[in-house]
Amino acid sequence: MTADIWQPVRLTLELAAITTLVLLVVGTPIAWWLARSNAWWKEGVAAIVAMPLVLPPTVLGFYLLVALGPYGPGGAIAGLWGGRTLAFTFEGLVIGSVFYSMPFVVQPIRNAFAAIGERPLEVAATLRASPRRAFWTVAVPLARPGFLTGAVLGFAHTVGEFGVVLMIGGNIPGTTKVLSVAIYDYVETAQWREANILAAGMVVFAFAVVLAMMLLEKRAARVGT
Amino acid sequence: MSAPVTMSAQAPAADAAAIRVAFRGMLGAFSLDAAFRAPGRGVTALFGPSGCGKTTVLRCIAGLTRLDGVCDVAGEVWQDEARFRPTHQREIGYVFQEASLFAHLSVRKNLLYGAPRHGKPAGPADISLDEAIDLLGLDGLLDRAPHNLSGGERQRVALGRALLSQPKLLLMDEPLSALDRLTKDEILPFLERLHERLSLPIFYVSHDMAEVERLADFLVLMGAGKVVAAGPLADLQSDPSLPLARTRDAAVSLAATVESYDTAYGLLTLRIDGAHLLVPASSATVGEARRLRIAAGDVSLALTPPEKSSILNIPPARIVSLSDAGPHEVLAVLSLGADGGGARLLSRLTRRSADRLGLKEGAQVFAQVKGVSLAIK
Repeated sequence: MTADIWQPVRLTLELAAITTLVLLVVGTPIAWWLARSNAWWKEGVAAIVAMPLVLPPTVLGFYLLVALGPYGPGGAIAGLWGGRTLAFTFEGLVIGSVFYSMPFVVQPIRNAFAAIGERPLEVAATLRASPRRAFWTVAVPLARPGFLTGAVLGFAHTVGEFGVVLMIGGNIPGTTKVLSVAIYDYVETAQWREANILAAGMVVFAFAVVLAMMLLEKRAARVGT
Repeated sequence: MSAPVTMSAQAPAADAAAIRVAFRGMLGAFSLDAAFRAPGRGVTALFGPSGCGKTTVLRCIAGLTRLDGVCDVAGEVWQDEARFRPTHQREIGYVFQEASLFAHLSVRKNLLYGAPRHGKPAGPADISLDEAIDLLGLDGLLDRAPHNLSGGERQRVALGRALLSQPKLLLMDEPLSALDRLTKDEILPFLERLHERLSLPIFYVSHDMAEVERLADFLVLMGAGKVVAAGPLADLQSDPSLPLARTRDAAVSLAATVESYDTAYGLLTLRIDGAHLLVPASSATVGEARRLRIAAGDVSLALTPPEKSSILNIPPARIVSLSDAGPHEVLAVLSLGADGGGARLLSRLTRRSADRLGLKEGAQVFAQVKGVSLAIK
C-alpha cells in the first residue's frame, strides 16, 4: 500500500518536471515574440496562450482528447511508433499539460522581457553583439526572475492538474494516475488515511511554492534597485 | 597614372577619411532631412535645441533607427540605397544619455563586453583595458556592481565600455545632460583628455553650448530636422549670419599654445593666431596646447591703444564685419593682428559706441579683452 501511495507522487513530479522543461523551451520564443513583436495579430496569439486560464479544464480536456485520439494528429504521431492514440498515455499527458500550464510560464517570461526594454539590447548591438548573443548574454540573464517565476508556476500548476488529466489520461496506475486523481480515487473508495496523506502533502507543497515565489520576488526587487 | 603625386590625386584620399552623412524621412510626425560632411578626426558637435533631430541623426548613423540615406565613414559605406549594415556590424561606440550599464554584470565585465576577444585590438581608438582604466579613473571600481556606482562613475564606465569595443567612430548622445553640474565638471576633463590622447573621430550631441565650446573642433548646427550650417567651430561661432553669434552669450573658442609662464604674477603667455594673450593660471607646461574662450560681451573696442588701463590684453585687430545685434547693439567680427590675418573674435557694442567711434568694416582697432577663460586641466 505504501508503494502504491508513492507511485502517483513520483509520476506527478515526473510529469511536472518534463512539462516545465518543455514549456521553458517552447514558451521562451513565444514570450520573446509576444514581448517584442509589433504584429497586429500579436494579442490574438496572446489570448490563445492565455485561454486555459478561463476555459473549464474539461473543455480543454475534451478537445485535447479529440486531437490526441486515433482520428486526430495525436493518433498520426502515435502511428510513427505503431501506436494508435496518444490519449491515455504519459506522452499525451505531457502534451495536455503543456497547453494547460502554458500561460503560467509564458506570461511571467513575457513580462520580464518587456520590462528589460529596448535599451540594453541596443547597447549590446552597439557593442558588436549579434542578436543571438544579445539574447543569451543580455536578455535572458536580465529576465531571470521571470524565468524563475514561470518555472515555479508552471511546475506547481501541472502538479495541481485534475480535470484535463481525467479527460485525456484516465486513471492508469503508473502511467496516468497522478496525485490529484489518486486523491479523488482514495476518497471514492473511502481510503481516508491515504487521501489525507496526499492532500496534506499538497497543502505543504502549495505553501512552500507560494512562499518561495514571494521570496524570489522580494529578492528580484532588491537586486533591481 | 604617370604623375600620381598631385593635388588632385591627394584630394580624394583626404576626402575618403571624412564622414559623410545624409538622412531623410519621417518618424511619426517629425520630418528629418539632414546631410553634412565631417572630418575623419576630432570632435564634431551636433548642436541644436531639443527636438531638432540631433539624436535621430546619431541613431541613424548607429543603425538603431532606419531612415533612407547614406552613411559613409572613412570610405566604409554603412548605408546607401542598396545597403544597410545592422548596428552590430558597424564599428561604433555609442554612449547614451543614461549610462545604460548591464545591471547583471560587474564593471569589469561591462567594460569588456564589446572588446574583441581574439587578437590584438586595432583601430583609431586602439586602447587597452589598463589604458581605459587609467584614462577614465576607473581604478577600484572594477569588481563593483553598476547599481553601487555614482552617476558620474556610471557614465565613465559606459564611455570606457564604448572605447574598448575599438570603434572607428564614437557617438555620444548628450552624455552629460543627465548629470548634475558638479558631476559634469568631473567628467568634462576626462572627455578633453580623450580628445587629446585618441585620434578617434567623435560625434557629440549636445544642446549645451558650454560643452561644445570646450570640446568641439567641428560644428553641425541643427534646427527643426535640418542642418542649418556645418563647419569648423571657430568659423561658425564668428559667422554673424548665424544665430550662434547673435545670442547673448556668444563667444569664440581659440586654440592656443603656452609660450611662457610668469610665476611671480601667475600669468601665462599664450600664443594664438595673430596675437599673444596673458591669462591668469596656476601653472602650465611650455608648448602645451590649451583652449580659450572669449565672449563677445567681454571684448570692447578702442581706436588707439589705451595707455593706462588695467586690461591685460589689448591686441590690434581689424574689423571684418559689422552687423545689427538687436535694436541698440552692434556685433563686430574682428580679425586679430595689425594686418588682420589672425583668428576671429567677436565684440558686442552699443550702437552709440559704434557710431561715436565711427567704426567701419576694414578699420584698424584695438580689442580690449576683459575676460579670457581657459579650459581647466
